[in-house]
Amino acid sequence: MLADYSILLISAILVNNFVLVQFLGLCPFMGVSNKLETAMGMSMATTFVLTLAAACSNLTYHFLLQPLGLAYLKTIAFILVIAAVVQFTEMVVRKTSPLLHRVLGVYLPLITTNCAVLGVALLNINKDHDFLHSLFYGFGAALGFSLVLVLFAAMRERLAVADVPTPFKGAAIGMITAGLMSLAFMGFAGLV
Amino acid sequence: MGLLRITSPHAHGPQHTPRVMQKVLLATLPGIVVLTHFFGFGTVVNILWGSVVALLCETLALRLRGRSPGFYLRDCSALVTAFLLGIALPPYAPWWLVAVGIASAILLAKHLYGGLGYNPFNPAMAGYVILLISFPVQMTAWAPPRGAGDIPGLLQALQACFTPDAFDGSTMATPLDLLKQNDSLLLQELWAQSPQFGRWAGIGWEWANLAFLAGGLWLLQQRVFSWHAPLAMLASLSLLAGIFYDGGGSASGGSPLFHLLSGATMLGAFFIVTDPVTSAVSVRGRLIYGAMIGALVYIIRVRGNYPDAVAFAVLIMNFAAPFIDHYTQPRTYGHQRSEGRE
Repeated sequence: MLADYSILLISAILVNNFVLVQFLGLCPFMGVSNKLETAMGMSMATTFVLTLAAACSNLTYHFLLQPLGLAYLKTIAFILVIAAVVQFTEMVVRKTSPLLHRVLGVYLPLITTNCAVLGVALLNINKDHDFLHSLFYGFGAALGFSLVLVLFAAMRERLAVADVPTPFKGAAIGMITAGLMSLAFMGFAGLV
Repeated sequence: MGLLRITSPHAHGPQHTPRVMQKVLLATLPGIVVLTHFFGFGTVVNILWGSVVALLCETLALRLRGRSPGFYLRDCSALVTAFLLGIALPPYAPWWLVAVGIASAILLAKHLYGGLGYNPFNPAMAGYVILLISFPVQMTAWAPPRGAGDIPGLLQALQACFTPDAFDGSTMATPLDLLKQNDSLLLQELWAQSPQFGRWAGIGWEWANLAFLAGGLWLLQQRVFSWHAPLAMLASLSLLAGIFYDGGGSASGGSPLFHLLSGATMLGAFFIVTDPVTSAVSVRGRLIYGAMIGALVYIIRVRGNYPDAVAFAVLIMNFAAPFIDHYTQPRTYGHQRSEGRE
């Protein structure tokens, strides 16, 4: 039981890392990784939303779509669920903790367009995960995303001051770095 | 004209880049000699051909960037990359394998980032991983050691490199491979059954690792690097191997001594983990960096798909090094450690 969940977590964090192995969520990975502080904020917000959205979409599918025979609407339904979760999170955070809202503020709405969130919801259905497995899978995916995003942000702060040839400055060298990282993460293949 | 007046004592630093690189090159020699003794001239040919390609690539990159090649070539860093990659590649690798590896190491992993001092990834290990992912068949064909097969001569080694189709060499699984694939035999039986195993690890491997250890200790004595990262790596690798040793049963991951003397452990610990550019900087950072590499090496070696793990572990931790540095900045002398570091 416990081993089952830890394998699920390790698989989602390292072996099938959503960014570097499955290539989901690349827009925030490239877009919000210029500074470490913002990357931290983004990863916290994404972790929260991703876990919640994975659970909510699982409930929606099993208690709403399937009984009504509307399983073919799952993609569009999940987009709606994710948008609602994001909006709900923003409202709650604004009321309860203005400080956290200031930190996460800009990044919360951005998460709606993070394809990793939709990816997790759909993969959970494909892999027949039950509620708890969905929750853990979402959490693991979020941890993997956060790990890679934060490490990449620290590295890009260093690349910003490196003597990179002009044509490769900025996003170009970032892409090359991400590619090399993706190669390194292939070393985890076969771990679980 | 602003002249600086500095009072005595005048100390000068003898450790400049070319000197350090030359010492590193010198320290690899015992290991290369042992590898040549046990596996034939393949490694030497790899290194020589790799050095030619490395110098050509370095010159090309410097010309493209409008730098004077003479000054930068003299720092020998391209040669160090060629030596390390040449040692890591299987002996009797075809010429194109070495060339692709060196070209991606020098051009992609080093000069696209601005050259020596800016590269976030160790060039030799980046080149190795690119080759391992792209050409797994050629990269996992290791030559049999002396005593377990025929050792080709120098002429055959040259032939293997430059006319690979005409070369008819035999290959064997490395001890690490055998151990990973074993799930039914006790370690004792496995040792007795396969000719590749020696006293503690594989024939040749154990002596090559000891030779690299000797070279590394000499570099340590010369103060080329500090002891923190290598010791942390070897300690965490032995600790994990000790925990999961399991007394030598069929599910054993191998003894600590086996892991210390197998594959690229010592080469990694003393020549790659200590790379001043791509490792963490502070003392605490280096301890964390080394220990994490040791742990990853063990995990990927025993549970992963690939034969050896030093290159992957180093690359992954290269990626994490800036983050480690960010959180292990040492206290400035005379200042309090700042609360909530900003």
